[in-house]
Amino acid sequence: MYRFIFKRLGLLIPTLFGVITLVFFMLALSPGDPVRVMLGERANKEAVENLKAEMGLDKPMSEQYVLYLKRIVQLDFGKSIKTGQKVTDEIAARFPATIELTLFAMFLSIVLGVFIGVISATKRYSFVDYASMVGALFGVSTPVFWLGLVLIIIFSVNLNLLPTGGRMDIRYYFTPITNFYVIDGFIHLFTKGDPKVLGSALVHLILPAVTLGTIPLAIIARITRSSMLEVLKQDYIKTARATGMSERKVIFKYALRNALLPVVTVIGLQFGMLLSGAILTETIFAWPGIGKWLYHAIEARDFPAVQGGIIVISTCFVVINLFVDLLYSVINPKIRTE
Amino acid sequence: MNFSLKKILFKRDGTGAIDSIWYENWISLRKNRSAMFGLYMIVLFILIAVFAPLISPFDPLAQDIGFRKLAPFTGGHILGTDDFGRDLLSRIIYGARISIVIGFFSVAISLIFGSIIGLLSGFYGGWFDRFAMGVTDIMLAFPYILLTIVIVALLGPTLLNAMIAIGIARLPQYARVMRASVLAEKSSEYVEAERSLGVSNSELIFMSILPNCLAPIIVQATLGIGGAIIESAALSFLGLGAQPPTPEWGLMIASSREFISNAWWIVTFPGIAILLAVLGFNLLGDGIRDVLDPRLKD
Repeated sequence: MYRFIFKRLGLLIPTLFGVITLVFFMLALSPGDPVRVMLGERANKEAVENLKAEMGLDKPMSEQYVLYLKRIVQLDFGKSIKTGQKVTDEIAARFPATIELTLFAMFLSIVLGVFIGVISATKRYSFVDYASMVGALFGVSTPVFWLGLVLIIIFSVNLNLLPTGGRMDIRYYFTPITNFYVIDGFIHLFTKGDPKVLGSALVHLILPAVTLGTIPLAIIARITRSSMLEVLKQDYIKTARATGMSERKVIFKYALRNALLPVVTVIGLQFGMLLSGAILTETIFAWPGIGKWLYHAIEARDFPAVQGGIIVISTCFVVINLFVDLLYSVINPKIRTE
Repeated sequence: MNFSLKKILFKRDGTGAIDSIWYENWISLRKNRSAMFGLYMIVLFILIAVFAPLISPFDPLAQDIGFRKLAPFTGGHILGTDDFGRDLLSRIIYGARISIVIGFFSVAISLIFGSIIGLLSGFYGGWFDRFAMGVTDIMLAFPYILLTIVIVALLGPTLLNAMIAIGIARLPQYARVMRASVLAEKSSEYVEAERSLGVSNSELIFMSILPNCLAPIIVQATLGIGGAIIESAALSFLGLGAQPPTPEWGLMIASSREFISNAWWIVTFPGIAILLAVLGFNLLGDGIRDVLDPRLKD
């Protein structure tokens, strides 16, 4: 077991190194001069040269690369061209918003997805089964950005039930402590006895979380169903039933546990995907997270910000995948010996 | 040995034998009702794309400022008009051309280059394999939506670049799938038999191994077209793909965002078009997977 963990951890470092290297060369070799972006097209030549020297862009590429690696190892992504603030600070300020949204979307899709999958499998070929699988098929075929807008039309514009965007009603002044607004809302509730902040945070989360969670929900429902069907065919399920155990116990204690193996892998994969899916969802719902921020950085060719953002998101993605692999080997001992 | 020789013959003289395998697959695919429904939807979209000038009631680019944001079924505009008074239905019909082409073209990029890389990697192994798989590993370490956005942002926001970016970002998946099947085929008896008969490497790769590795990659490609259509629409939505006034579905949604409070149809209908087109490819893809590769069935 420990050997497996070490082996898998050992793979992490070259992968991250590769990611960091690829990001450097993609940006270094791309058209568009960051210095020109900073100073504007009409800046004089001297100013451009000075700033280049200051940023180390006048050195040969190999030297730039070494300097870049040194900085990244120290978690120094430089300063944003657009705002002049440290990229790490900008990311840290926005990361909680994205994590909060991603966790809610994931929670929603896991709970509902597993539930729908189990119901579909146990009531195979019933109306419920057909309806959920058709629904899941539509779910994976839906463009997320469009779904978000349609939900806004229905629930915000027409029914006037939910806000169109943002994280918090602007009428509520409060000082964020953790920047996870739901947690901040709880703190506010307990210290001030005021539930409005928590309520507003939750209400603002509904539409973005539903939008972001639709595709993982559909995928999890499909995979849970097929995995459950596979498990329900096994002899040990027959044995369990033969002992006179209640069907509920057979399904939840014996079948579901075993059926969850492939589901865990998919959940991990989707979790990583959500971090980048957030780019679209955050843009639609004016959600001040890292996805929207990164998109604007790309648009503005803010190279240090783009570098930092991509490296942070990819690192999360790689680490989550690693974690899923390890988790999988804990649940399924067969993997370890391979 | 006997079996493997037969297999060689199948691949060699083409017509009769090969036809029978694919014909059998076609027969079982035809029994799959949802796959056939998907196929009909795709054919319908392709027909719409091809005959767009004949069937669209208006010019998709013609602006009519007097008839802006007309609701559906008014003034002869079945789906209404957009904020420039352009007929929505005609724009959606022309949009089918763009989305279908992008879907096929970007999948073709990943399919062709991914397959070649996977074939060579799996067959020859060695330094090329290590290098190619190292690069695909790194590319797979990026969430691919992010990778696509970064590539297209670097190349410049045009429709062609969006296609290329989608093709490149998905390429590692195809290379991986192809390599895995080549590795499995390489050690099979019929390949050894042909080797002992002195068949050249290139003939082995393209005449014997490749045809046997096609099933998983075809499945991947069919499902990939739907994904590519959504992704290209998403890129255009973000302003990284088609540029105005192109009647591209994602761009149509993006440019109508500010009117969602008073003209719901401008946002809604292009999205339904995307949904239906992607649904068609997903239905067919699921069906083909069940026929060609029952192990992957879910």
